[in-house]
Amino acid sequence: MPASLAPLLAVEDLRVDFPGGREQVVRGISFTVARGECLALIGESGCGKSVTLRTVVGLAGGVVNASRLEFDGADIRRFGEAQWRQIRGGRIGFVLQDALGSLDPLRTVGREIDEPLRLHKRLTRAARQARVIELLRDVGVPEPELRAAQHPYELSGGLRQRALIASAIACDPELLIADEPTTALDAVVQTQVLDLLAQLRARNTAILIVSHDLAVAARLADRVAVMESGRIVETGPTQQILRNPQHPYTRSLIAAAATVHAHDKIVVSTAARAPAEIEIEVRGVSKSFKGPDGQLRSAVANASLALRAGQTLGIVGSSGSGKTTLTRIILGLEQADAGEVLFQGRPWQTLSSADRRAARRRVQVVFQDPLSSFDPRYTVESVLGEALAVAGYKNAPQRRARAIELLELVRLGEEHLKRRPLELSGGQRQRVAIARALAPNPAVLVCDEPVSALDVSVQAQILDLLREIKQKLNIACLFISHDLGVIRRMSDEVVVMNQGEIVESGKAETIFSAPRHEYTKLLLEAIPVLDVSAVAAA
Amino acid sequence: MKHLKYLAWRLAAGAFVLWATATIIFVAINLTPGDPAITVLGSPEALPTPAVLALIRSEYGFNEPMHTQYFHYLLRLLHGNFGESYRLHAPVAHLIGQQIGASAKLILGAIPLALGVALVLAVSTAKRARWLTGWFDFIEVTLASIPDFILGLLLLLAFSFSLHLFPSSSTQGWTSIILPILTLALPIAARLSQVLRRELEEILEQPFIVTARTRGLSDSAVRLGHALRHALIPTLTIAGVLFAGLLSQAVVVETVFNRQGLGRLMSDSATNRDVPLVLGIALLATLVNVVVNIIIDLTYVIIDPRVEK
Repeated sequence: MPASLAPLLAVEDLRVDFPGGREQVVRGISFTVARGECLALIGESGCGKSVTLRTVVGLAGGVVNASRLEFDGADIRRFGEAQWRQIRGGRIGFVLQDALGSLDPLRTVGREIDEPLRLHKRLTRAARQARVIELLRDVGVPEPELRAAQHPYELSGGLRQRALIASAIACDPELLIADEPTTALDAVVQTQVLDLLAQLRARNTAILIVSHDLAVAARLADRVAVMESGRIVETGPTQQILRNPQHPYTRSLIAAAATVHAHDKIVVSTAARAPAEIEIEVRGVSKSFKGPDGQLRSAVANASLALRAGQTLGIVGSSGSGKTTLTRIILGLEQADAGEVLFQGRPWQTLSSADRRAARRRVQVVFQDPLSSFDPRYTVESVLGEALAVAGYKNAPQRRARAIELLELVRLGEEHLKRRPLELSGGQRQRVAIARALAPNPAVLVCDEPVSALDVSVQAQILDLLREIKQKLNIACLFISHDLGVIRRMSDEVVVMNQGEIVESGKAETIFSAPRHEYTKLLLEAIPVLDVSAVAAA
Repeated sequence: MKHLKYLAWRLAAGAFVLWATATIIFVAINLTPGDPAITVLGSPEALPTPAVLALIRSEYGFNEPMHTQYFHYLLRLLHGNFGESYRLHAPVAHLIGQQIGASAKLILGAIPLALGVALVLAVSTAKRARWLTGWFDFIEVTLASIPDFILGLLLLLAFSFSLHLFPSSSTQGWTSIILPILTLALPIAARLSQVLRRELEEILEQPFIVTARTRGLSDSAVRLGHALRHALIPTLTIAGVLFAGLLSQAVVVETVFNRQGLGRLMSDSATNRDVPLVLGIALLATLVNVVVNIIIDLTYVIIDPRVEK
């Protein structure tokens, strides 16, 4: 075999144990990555894919065994710390999932990108500085001189992710490893980042990417390896796997992804019914914030919408589009500069503080990350008990009975009462969050990115659950997401926001089949769509 | 420009605290029942002669209306005139000036030592083997909980009486200051090290630390270059509180080691109710507190650019 065709990275029968852990995290996997090739490891959280990636740079933190572990022909099992430090950052670049957390918040972006250059290249300070600017420009960051001097928190999510990629590719690595590089990004930015990675691959950089999102893999990877609980269950060329999956687990992943992004909805049409009572009405609401330069920036401009009982209104837009501010105004957590919000016909502002507290109980929220909104020391019973006590359930047996009812409503059982947040899976936690929100019998349920942090198959379950609950309890539901697939699946009406303005609103079907505004069209084009027809045919 | 504005604001706040302290002392002197001139002297047992009482009355202006008194009082403080200690027959400013050098040496020696020991201990032991951190934790808890005078006595027993390495009591020569500095610094170092290590252990779990390692940084570079800066922020908050308390701890240490210094002056003034001296020392302690806090606040800005916003 000629040297150029030998794989850059070769892994055979890799096993990773954590001392004290109950079972092996990685249980004998094998794969190779050639130069200029992209391999995607696909699987749900906890399947061992991130540990596999870290093993390749010697940072797994557990006990690593493998019959072969080679990078460019060198046996990395025998590497000492000094050898590892040479290839880390120099020949292998690594991009972690969350760019905000993965860049040192106290350093400027430029200094972070400079670090690998300082470690691996013998360049003068001036040459390094020039290279940092060049890198930022290469990854598509506008005004690179300005951005290099800024801190991560001053950059948008997309720019941060690009800066992180720039720091990983600073020394022209032969292999780029990316752990969920686009999970935290909205569709438009996701497309840009995937294009950037594709350009790198075209320059002969090998890419090993981990994702739970099949659509992302389909867009970038030459080959796919599907992982389930520490094993690779299926591997092959991307198109072959997507069109003709052999393993049942792969099929279930594809089916789940396809339902989340399904075009046909199974919602009972609300058009035939008489118009339901309006629960929340927003009239001409505007809000501006003072920017760092002292200038007023409009976060929400002249927004109006109406939310009816038994209906779901989806608000969609990229990060920074004003979704969050509008939601906070609707919840009465933020004062609008102009306009008003009416809850069941009465404006928030005119309510007395006692009435406002009572009204607030009738509007409940489910957040993106239930782990950080639960007290880790509380059991599920105390989480629900607290919400029920506020809702007027005075004695403990009553609260307990109602808590079990609520758990049944979200398809959990009595046995979950004694668990603490860390003992629950992501999906179970989100179910508990929904149960808590339902405790005071709300008229309105606000769901702020409720499934963004979940695996695809779990996403589908939670979305089904929310739809079922909405119909059973005839609740009005305000659904905020950057994911158009999710919005499309859930909403009766949709509001599209861009830079603080509602650019388009109306029936969900109309907006998705015939978008009028340029921005809506852009959003729709950016969704990574799986070839569903091919899947269905398979 | 932004830095200057921040500094000006902090200085103004510090001046306000000093003024408030002075005012509280003024109110306390004037609200104490009985002759305020007697209060200034300590108590009736001081048996002042009428001449002394008259002198005090004219100096403090007790015959004048209250607001004039208050105005003159602040004016005198601004000129650095804290009055005269009638026990020691000398101006307060002069007395403090005589003793401040010895205490300052002690405190200024203890602060860098405490910081240095805490940094080395915490950075080198954070997230290491459980048994190692366990041992250090035990030592730190012990050091932090021993009262200062017992620690001082133990150090004396070990290094002075048994090993004869350092003199047991004296203010002469550099060797005499080592044990007092250690007595002052070690408990603070232990407390700071505990906070710093806990913070470091949390920071070392962060994704940006993993990112730094994937760039090929060595372990010590990751600890010193990335993690330490984050961990310093909460540690400094504790350090500010601990450093501000050093003056009162110096009292104990100076007594145990029989050293000259403000500590002795402070305890004497309190037991003798020497009001002008108490006033002078109280204002000095406030000033130390204000200065330490301003330094800490400015350090935050250097460490974390987000603080100013």
